[in-house]
Amino acid sequence: MEIPYTVEVRPDTGLSNGKFGVWLFLASEVMLFAALFSSYILLRVGSVEWPHGYEELSVPLAFFNTVVLISSSVTMVMAWASLKMNDFGKFKMHLGLTILLALTFLVVKFFEYEHHLAAGEGPSHNTFYAIYFTMTGLHGLHILGGVIVNSYLWGPGAKMWQTQKERFTNRIEIAGLYWHFVDLVWIFLFPVLYLL
Amino acid sequence: MDAHAHDIQSHVKTYYMIFGALMVLTCITVGVSYLHLSVPLAITVALIVATLKGSLVALFFMHLSNERKLIYYVLTLTVVFFVFMMFVPLFTNSDKIPGTAVGTLW
Repeated sequence: MEIPYTVEVRPDTGLSNGKFGVWLFLASEVMLFAALFSSYILLRVGSVEWPHGYEELSVPLAFFNTVVLISSSVTMVMAWASLKMNDFGKFKMHLGLTILLALTFLVVKFFEYEHHLAAGEGPSHNTFYAIYFTMTGLHGLHILGGVIVNSYLWGPGAKMWQTQKERFTNRIEIAGLYWHFVDLVWIFLFPVLYLL
Repeated sequence: MDAHAHDIQSHVKTYYMIFGALMVLTCITVGVSYLHLSVPLAITVALIVATLKGSLVALFFMHLSNERKLIYYVLTLTVVFFVFMMFVPLFTNSDKIPGTAVGTLW
């Protein structure tokens, strides 16, 4: 059975099914992270004392990771723009860079976690570390999911470009929507956990 | 180069400008954190800068500046629920145990 409305827009929504589906998924993702941000506020307001993030965590490492993630958003949108300009070589380069930047983010996060765990500052250490590990852990899983999807689209999934150019370009656009959302979540996580 | 490709080229310029703006705003938010402002003021500044950055990502990288109405409807509904969720802790704050400091805003 052929999947409908992968390229042409559906008349009632004015969108391709994939794009609308991803936006609905992102709306549910907003609520998932909203629940955690709300929990963070509740825990912080309800605690007798709360440490400053910059005293507990490494701001330079998080700043570096912020630059890495914002750069990966630019390379992701450039991957899509390259396909729009019919330049498959540049698409491969930009999506490849996006994947490498995402892996860099995860490696830095790994060293941050390792440092805290070695110092006995795991999730059970106090409420601050509990919410820190929960929120950054869930965000890290999202990064990992993005790496898996983007790697598929960079590798075997890229074959679609030979036969269905427009459909493949749409796939990159909606993978990009997800990726920018993951970047957007970090834009809020960084000040909330590290700087306040 | 056809008109369509030329259109995308102008988008590319915008993407790099947004990248520059995001970097500047990131430096501002980190710089302000070193001033060690009072917690309410620090939260206000950090959230304003983060909202600005998030808006730039959503409007330009996610193309929300030029999107179909249906997506705006979905996102408006999401924002309503999101705001409600953020206010839930405030409701609990009004229900504190008498004689304890716990439950006061910072």
